[in-house]
Amino acid sequence: MKVLVALKRVADPDNANKVKIAAGGGAVDTTGLEWKPNPFDEYALEAALRLTENGKAPKARLGEVVVVTLGPKEVEQTLRAALATGADRAIRVDVTDEQLDGRLVAKALQAIVAAEKPDVVLMGKQAVDGDSNQVGQRLAELLDWPMATFAATIKEEDSALLVGREVDGGVLTLRVKLPALVTVDLRIVAPHSVFSKATEAGFKYNDGVRFAPLPAIMAAKKKPLDVKTLAELVPGASLSTKYLKFERPAQRAAGVKVKDVSELVEKLANVAKVI
Amino acid sequence: MANVLVVAELSEDGKLKKSTLSAITFARQALPAVGGAIHIVVLGANTAAAAAELAGYGAAKIQCVDDASLAHYTAEHYAPSVVAAAQGVSLIVATASSFGKDLLPRVAAKLDAAFAGDCAGVAVEGGKLVYKRPMFAGNAFGYCTLDTPVQVATARQSEFTPAEPSGGSSPIEKLAKAAPGAAAARVEFVGLEAVKSARPELTDAKVVVSGGRALKEKFFEVMEPLADAVGAAIGASRAAVDAGYAPGDFQVGQTGKIVAPQLYVAVGISGAIQHIAGMKSSKVIVAINKDPEAPIFQIADYGLVADLFQAVPALTAELKKRHG
Ligand SMILES: Cc1cc2nc3c(=O)[nH]c(=O)nc-3n(C[C@H](O)[C@H](O)[C@H](O)COP(=O)(O)OP(=O)(O)OC[C@H]3O[C@@H](n4cnc5c(N)ncnc54)[C@H](O)[C@@H]3O)c2cc1C
Ligand SMILES: Nc1ncnc2c1ncn2[C@@H]1O[C@H](COP(=O)(O)O)[C@@H](O)[C@H]1O
Repeated sequence: MKVLVALKRVADPDNANKVKIAAGGGAVDTTGLEWKPNPFDEYALEAALRLTENGKAPKARLGEVVVVTLGPKEVEQTLRAALATGADRAIRVDVTDEQLDGRLVAKALQAIVAAEKPDVVLMGKQAVDGDSNQVGQRLAELLDWPMATFAATIKEEDSALLVGREVDGGVLTLRVKLPALVTVDLRIVAPHSVFSKATEAGFKYNDGVRFAPLPAIMAAKKKPLDVKTLAELVPGASLSTKYLKFERPAQRAAGVKVKDVSELVEKLANVAKVI
Repeated sequence: MANVLVVAELSEDGKLKKSTLSAITFARQALPAVGGAIHIVVLGANTAAAAAELAGYGAAKIQCVDDASLAHYTAEHYAPSVVAAAQGVSLIVATASSFGKDLLPRVAAKLDAAFAGDCAGVAVEGGKLVYKRPMFAGNAFGYCTLDTPVQVATARQSEFTPAEPSGGSSPIEKLAKAAPGAAAARVEFVGLEAVKSARPELTDAKVVVSGGRALKEKFFEVMEPLADAVGAAIGASRAAVDAGYAPGDFQVGQTGKIVAPQLYVAVGISGAIQHIAGMKSSKVIVAINKDPEAPIFQIADYGLVADLFQAVPALTAELKKRHG
């Protein structure tokens, strides 16, 4: 099985008070924020590796995993890290984040899928910088492929995937015939979430994503990494989502500490009047 | 003159979901920039009851697409019919539930339209729609415009109060299901493992009580009586869900459900920004945590530093007394 994984590098919003708005509100000031792969995309990569191996012998790739990113040169670090954890090849489309919106990312990925012809496209359900949650759905439509978004489990079947999706009311299971697109949710890296046909039922993965051993990091430097331009993939690309300004949300003020349960109930009943 | 199309959301058993009313509110706010009228499309295997319920909200028309293949929602079957219903429409909107989040970007791609997801607001500036979007785990709002002939958006349910009926009776029309693309034949609904509960839905409960990693295997034992005492919905942190103490659809946060109840009680939750992103619009926040330095106290109106295994049963008992 050949799997294409879309991987975005994001400014990590983990440290809340570090997200700043540049003077004038024209941009989010990312200086001081740590760059890291979008966590959902790291999970997608882990799922791709699990789908192309026997869980018992993870060193032998039973298929091919290609990682693709749209971003500036620095993002190659992120791609090399992905290659070190087990991906076979990488593709970078040379653009800056300011030149992209979800519509263009999906179009560029469509062109890459057309050239690469993977059986499965795996990606995060959302990038945690823009929190946009659209590229996977758009790409599936452009390809006229079936999709399973917000996946918590994936089981490989003959030319199909059985996918458990986390939806509002519970877990919804879909069967998608290959080629298909899957966007992943947090639980996809739980120990019993992903099974290739080679991995025996009941096999238990470590929780979370795998880390690359040092020799693999060295070897990853020699793995192929192609660079493409946006213009060759999406001729005449122009932005259709334009951000006019940004602002910090109003901060909530800390309240008071209560000494015990009685005082809490008294406050809720008589001051806040919510019970 | 162009119109706004609201995509209604039905439950698995064909009932109108209240989330739809938030999308109607969004549509009403956007209408001055669009100019025409509100249209509603209802898709399913048997839409008559839901359509009748929607007839009092002032839509110029309600289009019903009834087909056996729409009994269970799949974007591959639904998207083409939403597009067919969007004749003369320049804005398509749904609520950012798991339904709207899945479907609308696919609809947008079909129309080559730009998309603004999970909007916390929409305003009309200089005749154009400006969408207000929470980004960076709720640490910034971005204001954007969409420059395509058709625009597609989803509304964050907690930020758009459910629309009230405006009287009248919208005409209800039938619309044939549009032929789906090749993708539709390659997706199969296998089943929905629904978390059955008599409690209100997280996204429109007046009170939400959420538990974190600290609850361990006692999650339900501790949280259910508390929820029952105040008629609350139960939420959870990611850590509680990841550990298997609570089901996935309980997760509140940046990447889970967004809630804004009158009262939110965080029990044994540290207050990571991803969690706070999902509940900080609550009117009153209570935190119970044994660590006085836990970040959750920075946003809580009332903080109780205590061992939850003692405090929560005591709180439950007091609340029961009050509610009889
Ligand atoms: C991409 C991404 C997306 C995420 N999305 C979400 C999301 O949507 N929602 C979400 O919640 N998280 C999300 N997270 C995870 C988030 O960063 C935190 O890890 C998570 O919220 C922590 O959960 P917790 O507070 O239950 O656990 P912890 O951080 O472990 O906190 C447990 C708390 O319980 C307290 N405690 C322990 N024992 C007791 C006791 N006996 N009595 C009282 N208090 C006690 C401790 O003092 C501590 O504060 C996301 C993370 C990433 C990377
Ligand atoms: N610049 C990018 N490069 C590679 N993949 C991307 C990029 N932007 C978005 N994606 C993919 O699309 C998914 C959803 O992103 P979004 O719709 O922007 O929230 C991400 O999890 C990535 O897998």
